[in-house]
This record gives sequence, structure tokens and C-alpha cells, in this order.
Amino acid sequence: MTHLTTDVLVVGAGGAGMYAAISAAREGRSVLLLDKGLVGRGGATIMAQMTVAAAIAHEEPDDWTLHLEDTLEAGRGLCHEPLSAMLCARAPARILDMDRWGTRWAREGGHIKQVTAPGHRRKRCCYIDFLSTGPAVAATLRHQVGSTERIRRLSNVTAIEVCVDEGRVRGAVALDLSTGSLTTIAAPAVVLAAGGLTKIFRRSSASTNMGGEAYWLALEAGAELVDMEFVQFFPIAHLAPRLVGMDPIMWDPFRYKLGGRLLNGSFEEFIHRYGGEDEGRYTAPRDLASYAILKEVEAGRGSPHGGVYLDFRHIPEDQLRSAFGPVIDRLLANGIDLTRVPVEVAPTAHYHMGGIAVDERLQTRIEGLFAAGEAVGGAGGANRVSGNAITEALVFGERAGYFAAAAAGAGTGWSSTYAEPARAELETLRQRKGVGPAPGAVQLKLQDLMWEHAGPFRSGEGLERAAVAIGDLREQLPDLTISEGEVFNLDVQDYYELKAMLRSAEAVVVSALQRVESRGAHQRLDAPQMSAAFEKNQLVSLDGRTGPTTPALWSRWRSVVRSEVRSA
Amino acid sequence: MESLALGCAIGGSFGVSDSVVRASVTTSLSVWRGSAQEEGRVEIYEVPFEEGMSVLDALRWIRTHVDPSLAIRYSCINANACHTCMALVDGVVEYTCTARLTTAGASVAPLPKRAVVRDLVTDTVPSDEKLE
Repeated sequence: MTHLTTDVLVVGAGGAGMYAAISAAREGRSVLLLDKGLVGRGGATIMAQMTVAAAIAHEEPDDWTLHLEDTLEAGRGLCHEPLSAMLCARAPARILDMDRWGTRWAREGGHIKQVTAPGHRRKRCCYIDFLSTGPAVAATLRHQVGSTERIRRLSNVTAIEVCVDEGRVRGAVALDLSTGSLTTIAAPAVVLAAGGLTKIFRRSSASTNMGGEAYWLALEAGAELVDMEFVQFFPIAHLAPRLVGMDPIMWDPFRYKLGGRLLNGSFEEFIHRYGGEDEGRYTAPRDLASYAILKEVEAGRGSPHGGVYLDFRHIPEDQLRSAFGPVIDRLLANGIDLTRVPVEVAPTAHYHMGGIAVDERLQTRIEGLFAAGEAVGGAGGANRVSGNAITEALVFGERAGYFAAAAAGAGTGWSSTYAEPARAELETLRQRKGVGPAPGAVQLKLQDLMWEHAGPFRSGEGLERAAVAIGDLREQLPDLTISEGEVFNLDVQDYYELKAMLRSAEAVVVSALQRVESRGAHQRLDAPQMSAAFEKNQLVSLDGRTGPTTPALWSRWRSVVRSEVRSA
Repeated sequence: MESLALGCAIGGSFGVSDSVVRASVTTSLSVWRGSAQEEGRVEIYEVPFEEGMSVLDALRWIRTHVDPSLAIRYSCINANACHTCMALVDGVVEYTCTARLTTAGASVAPLPKRAVVRDLVTDTVPSDEKLE
């Protein structure tokens, strides 16, 4: 077993993890940056083709406090305001950092071009043409990480346990997929930047590698999660015809730039029936749009594949081309001619507002354990505005790296006994002659049941059923079949991923069950109204676990944090 | 909710869906299996065919329905953003997420100029990002 020592360990090398690594290294700390896949190529950042919100006021007068107001309004009273304020106040500096580091933000007349996006009252969303924002941000950070001293990168290395002793982080145990062996890492500060949990749903727009590992690692280490019921379903993900080589949520920027009519199966506009205004512009908030689309489908007014139509046929081809040039050709290569046929779209799991509960230093209740990016819960409350996700990656990454560096002075006090349980579990797994399914097959079952019972529409009855079904899947863990071979054995990786997915699913379901109202992204068919009694946040932890046959998660309520944010 | 569940069965995670599983048309995929230590072998899989499906769709279907021991490298599934899913498809280096399958089938092998790790996974990890 290899043993490594570092000042700061960063788990996950998407936008947030890479920024955290850069930030901690700048403070003079040695950094170890791990990724389950290849550094800078996985996670959500690289898939985010759209925009980054920051009040840099290049396009028109703007201020971070206005950005904050928009963020809080979308959050429906549940935002952890100090985090939201940190996000908005520090966003402009991060955009300009990235600009200095070579990110080619779209420009016009010498300034960075900014557009509006749903939920923003100003033109404050920066982007990179054409639909290249995430890949370009990831490329910039990859380059920056590569040229920063004191950062060691490790690809195909998955953290499977954060080690805590006497209430303080001591390091972690990780699996090296390339060899199949475990590695121990002594680290006085650990930043969890492994993204959200979109993979627990059957339909998801994010990279395939976000199964809630950050949440699982945090929970098992003794930290708390917050707002886990709030999963954002992106309303107009591509559904049909089959589209390959493109991000399924690519239609949003098309609508900002060009309009685009959302029509039901009978080619009628319908958003207005649900209290939204649309008229070809994209002004309806995401939660309302998702709700409206699924209601139309439920009423039998959907498109052939079970979504609705998005129609650009009224827009002249030259206008399509000037807005999206090469993308139009890629669509044609997929057999999609927007001047002739409408596409079909439907909601998909896209982002998670909830996540790891942290304080204003991005630290959990475990000393030395930090979170960054989508893994952080609370900044978006019940619903995130468009454009704030990469902002979170950059801002929270920078802050978490900074505070982790400060905490790393404590020294570790590593003991080889910390890795003993993980080592024993892997050995058992290897020797197992399983009779059950492979972990990947169980993942599919979990994705199906979460989509059906804990997706865009929920009910107490469905959620109860989900809780039982998740429990049944958990009971299969000891019987799963793991194929032979140590080198690049994806079954082993799938096994740990499944454990993370089950924990995350439990946290979502237990939280959704207790929130008997509809608010933001959490929509209950059996409680369609927002209720003042639920204007509070829900925390989940493993404190109350009593045994394998009883619900392993315990949750409690905390009233909304209402601290003064203007001084941030 | 019945119609909703049915509608959403299509394009699960934007990969191969249950609608594909029920389809009667299939295609065949010849896949190189082996490791750095072995000579390797070609295995042939019958895969349900859906118009427009990618080679990666088929490989993922094989992993979840036939043989989970098949090693492949991918991350973003279908967006061609992560650029990690390259392999030799019918003798040409391609991203398996954008290479389309037809009913005529395809043969898939590891990248020729990279050391094989396992099956279709080759050593594309930068040398300074490895543990050993």
C-alpha cells in the first residue's frame, strides 16, 4: 500500500477542485489533487456549455448586491445567505483571474460580453463561443494547475474514505483504479470537490461520474448535509431525435439568443397555463418550466417521445448560423435541421442545490474537512439561477483552497490503523464469489426508482416506496458480483460509487419526505403550495444510525440563517 | 403518472434506453478483450440497435447487460467534451461517443499507439498524473 503525505488533499478535479488546488498552492501548501477519471476532464464543469454569472458590469451597470438579490429570490427563502453573498461578491474577481489566465470570454468592442439568463435582471452572464464555456474553463484551469508548483495530480484515483480522529481530519484512503491497490494519504486538510449527485437519476445531463461521492464521504466522516431534497431538473434537455456529441442541455443558450417556441404535442403554447410568461422568450424559471412540461405530458398532451416541442422554424437560417455557426453543422450531422423540424425536449436531473453543510470558511463541522463547488449545499437555496454553477466552482474553489491552506498548519498525526477497515473491505470484495448482480446493474435500478419516485414530481406515497426500495438495494450490497482482475476493474469502482449513490439517494428521499410542501425545485403533488412553516433548512447526518435494518439517516430542521450580508 | 414514466424511459442518461432493450433489431460489436500481459481475443456481442446510437452506447449496454468486466474509459457520455473515450473503431481512431453504429455492426479495439491497460482502456494518463 502506497502512502503519501500532503498539506492539502483535494478530492475531485473539475473546476472547483482545480481552483482549490491552485489557491492552496499559492498559500505555500503542498497539494495532492485526485480525480476518479482524468484530471480536468470529468465532473460537471467540462459539460457546462452555457454561461458564468458575475457582476463585472462590462455590458451594463451592475453590482454584486443585485446579483445576490436575484440569487436569493430564486432560492425561495432558503439560501444560506453568507454563502450566497460570498458567491456573488467574489465572482467578478474570478472571472478576471480566468481572463488573465487565457480564458477567451466572448468579447465585443473591447469588453467581455455579457448576456441575460433566466432569473437575472442584468446582462451579467459571461460565456465562450460556441457553447464552449465549460470546456474552455476546464482547459484554462488544467493549464494553470499544470504550471503551479506544489500541486501533484493523480488521475484514476478515487477517494473511498476520509479518515477522522478526535474530531479532526487526518487524511484519506483512495483506490488507484489503474492498479487496483489502495493508497493512504496523510493530510491535515481535505477539500471535497467531487460535485453533485445527478447520476442517481435515470435521466441526467451531467458527466457520468457524479454519484454523490462528496456527500457520501462527508456523511461517513461525520459531517452534515443540507437541503438534500432540492435537485434541479433542467426543463428542456434534448429528448429526440437521437443526438450524439452534444450536451443535452444545449437548447438553453439557443433560447436566450434566438427565442424558440415551447409547444405541446398539439403545437400549442402552454407555459402561460401554469403562471409563466413565455412568448418565445425564455423568461419562465426552471422549476416552473419543468413542472409545466411534465404536467402537459401527464395530461396526454406531450410530444411522441414524452416531452414537448422546441420550435425554431420561425427563425431564418442566416440568423441561426450567425448565432451558432459550427453548432448548426453539428446538428445537421445529427440529422437535425432546425429550419424544418422542431426538436423534442424534456426535464432531466441537472444540478443539486443541496450538499455538504459548511460554515463561512467552507468548513464542515469536522475540523479540516472543507467542501467546494456543487458539493457545497446552501448557496442556491431551493432553486439555483442559471449561470451560478461555474461561479460556485470558481469562487468556492478559491475560498476552500485558501481556508484549507490555513488549516493545514495543524499537522496530521496519521496512523496506519485508519486504513484498516477500508483495506479489509476491499479484500473481502476481491475474494467474494458473488451470486447477485454486478454493482452497475444495481445502479440502473436505483436510477429508475429515483426518477420515478423522487424526480421532478414527488408524493409522500412515492417517496415512502423509494425509501423501501433503496433499503432493498442496500441489502444486496454483500451479494454483488465483482468480476476478476485488479487492473482497471470498473466493478470495484462501481461498487464504491453505488455505496455513494445509495447514501445520497437516502438523503434526498428522507429530506423530501419531511418537506410536505412545494418550493423551488422540490415539487410535491400531495402538497402543491409553498408553506411558511417550511421556510427552514433541513440537515442530514448519520448521528442517529442505529442499525442496518432501520433508516440509517437522521435529519433535523434548522431555521434559516439570516445574518447580515451587506458587509461581506 | 403512467405516461410520464413511459415518456421518460427514452434516452435514459441520454444513452441506451429500455426502449432499445425491447427493440427487435440488433447489431453486432466485435470487441478486443485482454490486458498488457495477454495476446488478447475478440469477443462478439449482439446489441439492441436504435437508430442514431453511438459505439459508446453499445459498450455501456454490454457492461450493464452482458459483461460488466469489460473495461472502457469515458466520462461525459455523449457530449464529446471530456475527450477520454477514444478507441479504434473499424480501424479508425474515433471518439466512441460520436462514432455512430449501424446495423452492419463495428469492430472496436484499443488505440494502437498506446499501451493497453485492460480491454479498450489504454494508457492515456499523463505520466506525471500516475501513482507509481
